[in-house]
Amino acid sequence: MADVAGSVTESTTDRAVVTISGLTRRYGERAVLDAIDLEIAPGEFVALIGRSGSGKSTLLRALARLDPDVDGDGRLEVPENRSVMFQDSRLLPWARVLDNVVLGLDSPDAAARGRAALADVGLAGRERAWPRMLSGGEQQRVALARSLVREPALLLADEPFGALDALTRIRMHALLADLCARHRPAVLLVTHDVDEAITLADRVLVLDEGRIRVDLPVGLAKPRDHEHPDFLNIRRTLLEGLGITRKDGRDVAAP
Amino acid sequence: MALTASGTTARQDQGGASAPDAPRRPKRTVRLTSRRPLGAARLLGPVVVLVVWQVASSTGLLDPRQLAAPSTALRTGAQMFADGELVGHLLASARRAGTALACGVLLGTVLALLSGLSRAGEAAVDGLVQIKRAIPTLALIPLAILWLGIGETMKITLITLSVLVPVYINTHAALRGIDYRYVELAFTVHLSRWQFIRRVALPGALPGFFTGLRLAVTMSWTALVVLEQINATEGIGYVMTKARDYGQTDIIVVGLVIYATMGLLSDGLVRVAERRALSWRTSLGA
Repeated sequence: MADVAGSVTESTTDRAVVTISGLTRRYGERAVLDAIDLEIAPGEFVALIGRSGSGKSTLLRALARLDPDVDGDGRLEVPENRSVMFQDSRLLPWARVLDNVVLGLDSPDAAARGRAALADVGLAGRERAWPRMLSGGEQQRVALARSLVREPALLLADEPFGALDALTRIRMHALLADLCARHRPAVLLVTHDVDEAITLADRVLVLDEGRIRVDLPVGLAKPRDHEHPDFLNIRRTLLEGLGITRKDGRDVAAP
Repeated sequence: MALTASGTTARQDQGGASAPDAPRRPKRTVRLTSRRPLGAARLLGPVVVLVVWQVASSTGLLDPRQLAAPSTALRTGAQMFADGELVGHLLASARRAGTALACGVLLGTVLALLSGLSRAGEAAVDGLVQIKRAIPTLALIPLAILWLGIGETMKITLITLSVLVPVYINTHAALRGIDYRYVELAFTVHLSRWQFIRRVALPGALPGFFTGLRLAVTMSWTALVVLEQINATEGIGYVMTKARDYGQTDIIVVGLVIYATMGLLSDGLVRVAERRALSWRTSLGA
């Protein structure tokens, strides 16, 4: 923990990796994002949660600059070397696993780096496999390797584990936490899973109707114990931010 | 149970008691695709026709002036092959079909790429190809003869023009239909335009290209039939035209069989190439 903390202080003295101010995105009359301000520090892991339709994917796509046709304004600074993980692994079915990982890299050591990235995600030896031969979890690990082999300053992940079964998801959490601790990209993870957010992130944002309602640092030591009272307190705060209240020993969603 | 008549109840109880142990027929599962390729079974239809045809010829029901017996045609064919006469004609036809096919596939692919990858290209190319598609090759023969004469150039040009259409249509549709998600991916990994074409557009359009190629191959042979009957001095079509003049139905049958064989054979070759090129769709091993 000590050496990780050391590297954090070193990098947090730099400027923010992501700077957003007054970011607005509109679909027709409806403002999906309403004057958002946000900074993400280098190496910081931020999770973004919110109900469906809250604008969290819109925010991520704005950061990825995947929304050139969407109406809006505001200031948005993101690093050029950023990677995106989608909910689907989005592997090219006609390219072998290694070719998918190094897609678009043209440095002479691309293949070697791709192999190393695949080994990092536990898929050494599967370089020549076709994507359809892999399980959903393995495909998403290839997508993770494809993101990290570029050594991004910013990793944008849009519900990357949403389509995986619970067991695979837990394994992916550990893998992602481990790889992010080593490579230290800044991360914005969009998720609808509150526990996933608290498990992984340094800071959790709750987006509601296009505004950031909650901005909560998670100061718990990693790996995080889901049963720990502090974990449960944070969980309670975030659920309330999502409009879910405790009533008669049950969680009740606001209408 | 109380509502059913007593007799029925009794029988049902009996059935209910024995059901858990009784071996049950395996439940039919719903299939959305056919089970297995037919294989040799698909020859059933042709074999039946052949047998009926032979019987009709042997019993005299079928006049050899109308249609020769399969056995006669087989003998004639074997004789023509043995004489070496047929081989020259066959090569001449294959050369025509092959040259025109190569030109047409190349042209169709280039046009499809132009039209599928740029709006200006589509504006320039697509309308022309659609018009060509609506004009039957036969209707172009008079003009083609006036412009290009009655030699090889005219024949190869006309076959090329018919062959490029299916290649263009299918490749173009496949390029247009490339999943937008892959376009987004290409953007996020900073692919250049050329890298996008090479890594995403071309391999993504390959299944469509092969569909077009299979149609084109068959089409190159069928177009040949018509064109080889115009001022040809060699080729299978020429042999058949001559046989018509002399009323040699056995040679006509030989020509038909050769056309069918060449068409099926080249289609088979394309399918093999397709399976290899698209192995990512079906293969299970690394």
